[in-house]
Parts: sequence; structure tokens; C-alpha cells
Amino acid sequence: MDSLLTLANLLTEAPGVAHFMAVGAVMFVCGALCMATKRNALGVLMGIELVLNGANMNFVAFGSRQLHNGGNFLGLDGPLMALFVIVLAAAEAAVALAIVLNFYNNHDSIDVDRADQLQG
Amino acid sequence: MGAFFDQYLPTWLAYTLAGLIHVGLIINLVAVGALIFIWLERKISGRIQDRLGPTRVGGKFGWLQTLADGMKLLTKEDLMPEGADGFLFRIAPYVSFGASITAFIAIPFAGGDYPWIAQRVNTGVFFVIAVLGLEVFGVILAGYSSASKWSLFGAMREAAQVVSYEVPLGMCAVVPVLLAGSMDLVVIGDQQAGWFTNWFIFNDPATFITFWVYFTCATASVNRAPFDLAEAESELVAGFHTEYSGLRWSFFFMAEYGSMFSVSILASILFLGGWHGPIPIASLLHVDGTYFGNLLGCLNVLFKGTLGVAIMMWVRWTLPRLRIDQVMATCLKYCTPIAAVMFLGAALWQYALPGRNFFGLSRAPAAVYNVSEGWSAGANAAIEKSAPVETVNAESPTPVAVVLTQSNRGG
Amino acid sequence: MNQIYWPSVFFLIFGALACGFAVAVLLTANIVRMAFYLVLSLAATAGLFFLAGQDFVGAMQLLIYVGGTLVLLIFGVMLTSQERFVSMKTMAGDWLIGLGAGAALLFLLVIAATSVPNWRGRDAAEVQQMQVEKTAAPIAMGLLGARVDQINEPAQANIVRSGYLLHFEIVSIHLLVVLIGAAYLARAKRKPASVPTT
Repeated sequence: MDSLLTLANLLTEAPGVAHFMAVGAVMFVCGALCMATKRNALGVLMGIELVLNGANMNFVAFGSRQLHNGGNFLGLDGPLMALFVIVLAAAEAAVALAIVLNFYNNHDSIDVDRADQLQG
Repeated sequence: MGAFFDQYLPTWLAYTLAGLIHVGLIINLVAVGALIFIWLERKISGRIQDRLGPTRVGGKFGWLQTLADGMKLLTKEDLMPEGADGFLFRIAPYVSFGASITAFIAIPFAGGDYPWIAQRVNTGVFFVIAVLGLEVFGVILAGYSSASKWSLFGAMREAAQVVSYEVPLGMCAVVPVLLAGSMDLVVIGDQQAGWFTNWFIFNDPATFITFWVYFTCATASVNRAPFDLAEAESELVAGFHTEYSGLRWSFFFMAEYGSMFSVSILASILFLGGWHGPIPIASLLHVDGTYFGNLLGCLNVLFKGTLGVAIMMWVRWTLPRLRIDQVMATCLKYCTPIAAVMFLGAALWQYALPGRNFFGLSRAPAAVYNVSEGWSAGANAAIEKSAPVETVNAESPTPVAVVLTQSNRGG
Repeated sequence: MNQIYWPSVFFLIFGALACGFAVAVLLTANIVRMAFYLVLSLAATAGLFFLAGQDFVGAMQLLIYVGGTLVLLIFGVMLTSQERFVSMKTMAGDWLIGLGAGAALLFLLVIAATSVPNWRGRDAAEVQQMQVEKTAAPIAMGLLGARVDQINEPAQANIVRSGYLLHFEIVSIHLLVVLIGAAYLARAKRKPASVPTT
């Protein structure tokens, strides 16, 4: 529990990697839960976007010099990986949307629970 | 400005005060600008259609007409359709308006060592284009939440159109970035200091064409005729704002005029020298960099921006509206390929004739302001270390080559 | 009492917005509101990127993610939004299991994040001394294969640093493939025009 106290008294201290990671963790968990619980296919897609952003937050935080208190520093790898994630998320959204629209055309529904034809 | 107040006031008060002043100036610029532009549009459309336009309110030219209109809008009943999604319906105009004024944060109105800009952003061009793209969300939300078929159709068209036109718009905006070697709008403007021969539009034939492509795409991306498919009144009643009335409706209009103004100012900074006029009045009067010089520059920018808006109005009342497939074809078949080729052309021209401007006729002045990105020495060393980079130098059509060219010039 | 450090205040604002709207995305059943909250959450994330000193990534987030991907997503929502799909309720059992697992995961992640001393913030005064780094050019150099941030490191023999040139090319090809693939998948299907009955 002691470590959790680092997140407190933020008002007088500069935010560090840990604070960004906490925000990223909340987004990640929300996204993962979205993917697990939503029945709308597009809701699942939004969950994926949240997960990717939560991960992105970590990359950006690790790549930022001003957030580190010594130790290893990711340098340029951080923002570059974040950029790749953003670009690939765009690609992923395009393909997923095409699949969803196809599914909608064929089944007249976007409920992911209805996609059970392969269940045998 | 914050640093100035900091001498006299406690820090938090100083910066809050500075922030409030900046925000107040920007909101007033958009609001007062919209007042003037709506009046201007009515006068221009009147003249083009061989009539007078407003003549009575406020004396001679009817210049208080917009204020009277505003009063009328304020007193109108605020209607909401029965099936509408109340929360989204109410918030949509403010989303549009917010995006529209946010873009002004990163737009400079005068340069030099003490630029007139609310917040200098390192990647200014990118930021402005990105934020202007967010305006579409207000329109989409309005269209969806109105529970009306016409609104939904308008919003769908808008979504397709804006997303497509961001591509050529971004490509065109990258060309001045390539020439200036920086994405900072202040630096881009100051690279064009001096006579109009230094303007980027006259740098070479490629940039000359790029400017017109940029202006076309900018017109399309702010939904002005002939690309105003989202509110095509002949088919869609009034498009996405069919169900809006009163003040909310006028917020959409302020957003539209605000973003017209910001893309015009962006065009003037990227291609038309920004605060450096056709004739360098400020430096002829030896008031460069002083408050008075900056004021002249600011007036210069505002004049060029207004001129751009006036041209958009002229186009609107002259050309008929395109069909939706024609709009998409204009973007994908014409604007995008032309912008890509012009980017390549500008890069090759820069490679073949470095340090010359005005179509290669005159020698570019030595850079007045330091444009180095701070670590160029290191970058040059890196280039020497890794040989393959040299081969992709100027020919590479990828936007990242931009910065490389700049660091090669030794900024 | 120490002086208030203002960037932290903005961090709190943006962080609260990002987290709050992420939770709102999870809790809302209405798909259009979900999309709207997602937009706000990701825009607040872009603000956090600016705060972390990564201007370029922040602008990219606004341009590509918020301005491109999410418009596409909302487009999809509008294409498929019929009465019965707008609000699809999640089952109560799913909620129970989901919230339990989520809370455990969140607890684990936050404990892990805060347990490394190096990851706590610097001294506020020290941060204010630091220069604002320019981010666009180093990233571009990295994509073209030159790592400007590693120049001063002792050259390790026989290790060729290629930067991210190869990755950049792969992503470019990938995007092209995706573009063609998405256009192919989503193309308008021609219904087989009334099969001739012979």
C-alpha cells in the first residue's frame, strides 16, 4: 500500500511515469471490460481502441525524459512505437469496420453473440 | 504575457489572467469576425446577384444587419424534436464551436522574436489541421441526434467528405513545411520575410499550384459551396442543422465562419507570407519587431485572411453545387494525386535549386531567424554515419523527408 | 506547505477526463454516446501526450486517431444504428465477472506502476529547468533510420542501428494492403440480378 501513496500529493509534485501509467491502466481495464461485456460489435471495437490507447500512454510516458527520475530511459523508441500503434490502430479500425459491415449485411444484426455459425 | 504579469502578481493569478485575456481575444475574434463576415457575405452575394443586399439597419451600408439578426435569433424559441437524443442534441453546436476556436490557439498573428500567438506549438501546422478536423464531430452528432433523415444524410455526407479531404489538405500543407524546414507556424511565416518575391507561393511552379489545391481542399473541408453537400438545401432541406433554431443554430454558423477564417489565415501564413506583406512596410519604416511593427503584421494577416474568406464567398455565389460523387471524385482523382506530385516537384526543385526563390529567379535572403531544431549538428553527424539516408533524401515522397532536407541545409 | 505545481493540475484535469470518459464508455449502453465519450477520452489523452512533452505524438493522436479513425467508427455506428441495436444491454452475470476481473487487473497494474522508484516524478524545480525538446525532427530521423538520441552513446561494435526504416516500410505496405482489403470487403455487393429461370 505504501507504493500507492506516490500517487497522492500530486499537487505539489511533478507527475512521473507512474502517474501516466495509472491513467493508462484505467483506460486499459475499461477497454478490456468493454471488449468482454459489450454485445454490439462496434462496442467491442471501441474497447480495442481504448486498450490500444492505454498501452500508448505507457510508451509515451517511458519515452519522455521529463517524467523519469533516473534509471533507464526509452528515448525515441517510446514516441516511435506510439506512432506505429496509432497508425496500425487506424488500419485495424478500417478492416474491423469492413468486417462488421459485412456481418451486418449478411446477418441483419451486429450482435456478436449471433456470430456462431462456425460453432458446429 | 504570463511572464509579464508574473512580475507584479502571484504566479497563479498572472497565468490565469494571461490565459483569460488570450481566450477572450480569440473568442472575440471569432464572434466579431462572424458578425462582419455574415454582413460581408450578404453584401457580396447581393452585388453578385445584381441587387443591393442589406441597406437599412445601422445607417448607410446596413452594417448593423447581423446584430439585428442576432437579436432575432436570441429571442427565437429553442426547439428540440421529440425523438431527439437530448444530451447530444444540445451539446453538438458547442462541440463544433469549441473545435473552431481551439484552432486559433496555435495561429500566430505576428512573428519575430515576440510572436503574437496564444500558445506557440512546436508542431503548429499539424495541430491546426488536426483541430479543424475535429469540427466534424459536432456536425455528425447534430445529424445523428436530430432524429431526422435529412440531418442524418447531411451528417453522413459531411463525415465522408471531411475525412477524405484531410488527405490532400495535409499533403498541401506539408509543402511549405518542406520549404521552411519547420512545422512551427511562426518560423514558417518569418522565412518569408521581405518583399512578396519571398512568399512561398512564388517559390516555384509546384508551390504555386499547391496553393490553389490547398485553397480548394480548405474550401471543401470547411463545407463551403460548391462543396456544401452537408447542407444542400435543394435536396436535404438544410442538412445537419435542419432541426436547429435560435442560438444553437447560430453557434453552427459562428463555427463555420470561424473555421473559414482560420483556414484562410493558415493559407496566408503558409503561402502568402503571413505578416510579411507584399511590401515590407515595417522594415522600410524601421519598426521591425517593435509593438507597432507587430500591429502592422497583425493587420496584414487579418486582411489576408479576410481576403481569403471573401474569395470563398465569391466562389460560393458563382459556382453551382457539386454532386456527392463529383465531390469525392474531385478529392480522390484530382486533388490527392496533384498534391502528391506537387510535393515531389517542390522537393526536387528545392534539391536542384537550393537557396533560390521566386521561381528560381532570385537568390533567397539569408535566413533572418534561426530555424535550427536545436540538435542539427547531431543530426548531420547521424546522416554521415548512416549512408542509406542520403539516397532517400530529396526524392522520397514521404513527409518525413521534409525535416531531413532541413537538417541537411544545416539550419 | 509546498507551492502548487501547475502542470500537475493540468495533468489531474486531463487524466480525470481521460479516465472518467473511459469509464463512461464502459458503463453506457447507448452505442452513439459510447462513441462520443470515446472521442472525449482520446482527445484528453492527446492533452496528456502534450503534457508529457511529446507534441508530435499528441498532434498525430488528434489528427489520425480522433479525426480519422473515430470519424470512421462513428460512420460505422450510423450505418448500422437501428432501433434495436442502439442500446444492447449487457447481462448481469457478465457485469459481475467483468468488474471483479477488472478490479483485480487494475489493482495489479497500479501497484506495479507505482512500485518502481525511478518511475516516480522528478523534483518539480528540476523539471522546470529542463528545456522543451523538439520532437518532430528526431522522430522523422528515426523513421528514416538515423537515431539522433543514440549518437553520443559508445558505438557497440558490429551492431548496425537501422533505426526504424524497415518498420516504417513494413507499416507503409501494411497500410496499402489494409486500404485495398477494406475497400474489397466493404464494396457494394450487387445482388444477383434475378437469376434467369431456364
